This record gives sequence, structure tokens and C-alpha cells, in this order.
Amino acid sequence: MIEMRELRKNFSVRVKAGRLRRQKREVAAVDGVSLSIARGEMVGYIGPNGAGKSTTLKMLTGVLTPTSGEVSVCGLRPVPQRTRLALRIGVVFGQRSQLWWDLPLRESFRLLRHVYRVPATEHAARLRRCEELLDLRAFLDTPVRQLSLGQRMRGELTAALLHGPEVLFLDEPTIGLDVVSKQAVRSFLGELGRTGDVTLVLTTHDLADIERLCHRLVVIDHGHVVHDGTIEQLHTRYGSRRRVVADLDVPLPPGFTLPGATLTSTEADGHRVTFTLESIAAGAAVAALVTAAQVRDLSVVEPEIEDVVARLYTDVSGAP
Amino acid sequence: MGELRAYAALFGGRLRSATAYRTSFAVELLTNAAGTLVDVVSVFVLYRAAAYVGGFTLDEALLMTGITAFAFVLADLTVGNIDQLETYVRTGRLDAVLVRPLAVLPQLVLADLPLRKLMRLAVGLSVLALALARNDVDWTWARVLLLVTAPISGAVFFGAIFVLSAASAFWWVDSGKLGHGFTYGGRDFTSYPITVYGSWFRTLFAYGLGFGFVSYQPALTLLGRADPLGLPGWTGFLSPLVALVAVAIAAVVWRLGVRHYRSTGS
Repeated sequence: MIEMRELRKNFSVRVKAGRLRRQKREVAAVDGVSLSIARGEMVGYIGPNGAGKSTTLKMLTGVLTPTSGEVSVCGLRPVPQRTRLALRIGVVFGQRSQLWWDLPLRESFRLLRHVYRVPATEHAARLRRCEELLDLRAFLDTPVRQLSLGQRMRGELTAALLHGPEVLFLDEPTIGLDVVSKQAVRSFLGELGRTGDVTLVLTTHDLADIERLCHRLVVIDHGHVVHDGTIEQLHTRYGSRRRVVADLDVPLPPGFTLPGATLTSTEADGHRVTFTLESIAAGAAVAALVTAAQVRDLSVVEPEIEDVVARLYTDVSGAP
Repeated sequence: MGELRAYAALFGGRLRSATAYRTSFAVELLTNAAGTLVDVVSVFVLYRAAAYVGGFTLDEALLMTGITAFAFVLADLTVGNIDQLETYVRTGRLDAVLVRPLAVLPQLVLADLPLRKLMRLAVGLSVLALALARNDVDWTWARVLLLVTAPISGAVFFGAIFVLSAASAFWWVDSGKLGHGFTYGGRDFTSYPITVYGSWFRTLFAYGLGFGFVSYQPALTLLGRADPLGLPGWTGFLSPLVALVAVAIAAVVWRLGVRHYRSTGS
């Protein structure tokens, strides 16, 4: 469905060199990305600010012309066949509206039907489904400029789906949303993904989006793909560890060790300890701890994707 | 056909948006009316100050003003909106335009509804009508044809200039004022007989950039006057050709520009 081969985008930036002189320098925003995404896949595309996520998405949607490399979406080349491709993809740029600012939401949807040349019955059916799943009814007749960010984003999602796209590109769809709206957007996208006929590519800074939605995670940094695989593979590769956090009645005796685990933090005057598990199973660690100390409360913490990714970013950025 | 309907829908959407701000629309209409009035007055003030302009009687020169006025307003009314491109490029809003299944240029042109400029069209037409009434034109079929083709070709030519000067925003984001030099500057240049300009300047603008064929050469042919600058009479009929060349150049530059668009962060 989506193919990228050695895709590259350079921007020339003028850098001040002396008082009046400016030097032109080429900076690669996307530096040789090769990816292949199959129909129905849900791919999370993440990376730190300025990593090249949006630039990639813009090349896939025909907004930006690649400097070199090949790209095809739905078997079309995005820039030369931009308008044909536009009929088959849906795009939500979190920071750019597709809606008519001064018109009621309903009116925007009606205009989009003409823009995308969608038969009235198909359009009505899709709109009904979105209305239901995204709970749009309450504000369908409100001008877009008066909508809250969460409401507007639900409108944007609907707008991107009314022509039944094969691929949906979402650039930070949950940016700035409150917890409830994020939840609504996520469960809607999850629902969409389950049907399996929409391919979804999502960039985000909120890794919970990815955990909830995407089986495949592509991490990009400095224009390079640094990880492409499942979230589990990411954990294995970067050695994410489970942790055991215990609240104790009496602090541990000095010199206490738990074989196969390291004590990573001690809080509340020794009444709360955290062990990071390396070569010991969670069950064994818990059993050992309970017999050795007076444990009041205990929990096993799953590795957090945030930590892994933060480590991944610093790893990559640190390397030359 | 579907695309035409799509454009019609965009236009309709703009119409309804305009009614969302009735007051500002009314204010714009008023300021435009005032601007138009100033345009008209300035023409008459100039023509009162001198008996001859560049070797032409006032009435003869008024014919050039009239052709230009009508052509320019027609272009401004239809594609003048394109000067908004600069804002779209600077803010990255062009992204949203590019992901729609329609051509970029008509989308931008239809993004605004310059009803307020309609009044200028009326003024332009009146100046042309007045000029025709005050000159003793020896009407032949060729001249009737010229009267129709000259303003339309002029409008197409100015339209191309509008697109070209707007497209410069793809390379230099703050190019708005530079563009005005060619659009509004071009209108002012062609409002008077080109004989009033200094020779290198005239050569560049009139022949190099083609502005001389918008109103000067057609007016000479309509009046049956020989060109004091020596071009033969049939050059009055060249304006459609000049307009086509300008459109071709504008189309190429526009396409290059869209490919050169670099969007903004995020």
C-alpha cells in the first residue's frame, strides 16, 4: 500500500556567517528512509521533534516533493498524481484544519462531499457512522470556529473519512486534547483499524496512542529509521525491565540483596523500595522479597514505552 | 464535470462564510468604493493638468486608460485573490489545500469572494465607454473584433502577471510588495501612452515584458494612428498572443513553485 525507497528530503537553510553574509547549507530532514506498509496495517511513526516525521508524511501525501528516492502510495506517485491520490487517502494534520472556519460543521461535511465527488448515499452512511462513534450530534450545527479543540478534532477525523479513504494519515491527532477526547479519538481509530480495510499511519508524541492502536512502531531520528517492529521487540531490544515496587513496614537491613535484581531506588526513609528485575522472574522476586522483609504492599510495574523511547532518542542522538 | 461542481461548492461555501461577517463585508465594500472613487478622480486630475500626454490628445490617452482599467479589474476580480498565496505559504496552510483532490490555483482563487471589487468593474467599463464615445473611431469589423479581444487578452495577461507575482512567494516568502510592483505597477504603466516613459524603461516593460501590447498598441490600431515608436499597425492585434505566452510562462513557474513549496514545521 505504501512503499518508500531511500526517500530523502533536503531543505536548504541560510545560516548567518558574519554580519551580512549568509551561507546556504543543505540539511536532510529525511535521510534515506525505506519502508513498506501493507494494506490494513496500523503503523505508529514516532520520533523527537524535528526528526522528520511530518516531512515524511507530507511526502507521502503529495505536499512536499522528495529530493530523491522513490515513494508510492496506493500505487500512485504522490506529487505527480496528487489529485488522484487525494481521492484515495484521508489526511488529518493536527495543526491544520480541513474545515471551513466560519461554517457549521455540517456544512463543511456537505462541501467536502462535492470536493471529493462522493455519492450522496455513501456520504450519508459514513457520516451517520461517524456521528455515532464520535458523538458529533451535539455540535453539528455549531460554526467550526466555536468548537473546542476536542470537538474540532472529531470533526477533522470525520472530514478525513467521508470519502472512504484506503489510507489514513494522522499527524499528531491527539495533540492538545484532554483525556476524554483523546480516549474518544483512540477508541474510534481502534474501531476503524479492526475492520482491516483502512491502512493507518499515525505520528504522535503520546505513546499511549501507539500502545493502544499500533502493532507496528517505526522510530525515526535525524531522518533515519532507528527501529521498525512491534512494541515488544522494542522492549526486548532495549532491555526494558519490569520493576517490583514494595512498601515496607520496616526498612530493609543494610546490605540486603535480591539475586538477579538491582535496588534502583529507596524512598520514604527506606519504607518504599524499587527493584529492577534482570535475570529473575517477577514471581520469584516477589516471593523472595515477601519472605525476607515485612511487606505491606507490593506491585509489579510493566516497562513503560516512554522510558524505552526516551532512552532510544538519547542513544541515537548521542551517536555521531 | 464533477470537478466543476466541486469548485462551485467551494465558491458557495465562501459565499456563506461571507455572510457570517456582514458588518466587515459592508465596511470592505465601502472602503473599496472609496478606493475606486480615488482611482477615477486621479485619472481626471492628470488629464486636466496637461493638454497632451506623450504626444497624444487626452481623449486618445483615455482610450488606453480605459482598456487597461477594464482588463485589470477583470483580472483582479477573477484571479486577484491569488496574492493570498503568500499567507498560505508562510503559515503552511497550503498543506490543507494540497491534500484536496483539486488543483491548487482555483482553490485559492475561490477561497475569497471579491464581490466588493464588482464596483471597480463598473468603473473600468465606464472609463472604456467614455473613451470610445470621445474618440472618433472609424469602425471596421477588424476594429470591433479588436475592441473585444484587447480587454480580454489584457485581462488574461494581467491574470498571468498576478499568478507570476504571487508564485514568487514559493521562493521568497515576503514577496508581496515585489509582486505589487508588477501587478499594480503594470496597470499604472499601461494606463498611459508608453511614449511618456524613458527609453530603456519603456523597452524593458513594453516590449521585454509585453505590457506595451495590453493597451498601447491596440489603442493605436483602434484610433488608426501610426505608432510614433515605429511598430507597424498589425501589432495592435498581437495582444492575444502576448497573453498566451504570459500564461504559458505563468503556468510553468506556478508548477515549479508548487514543487518548491517547503511547508512549515510540524
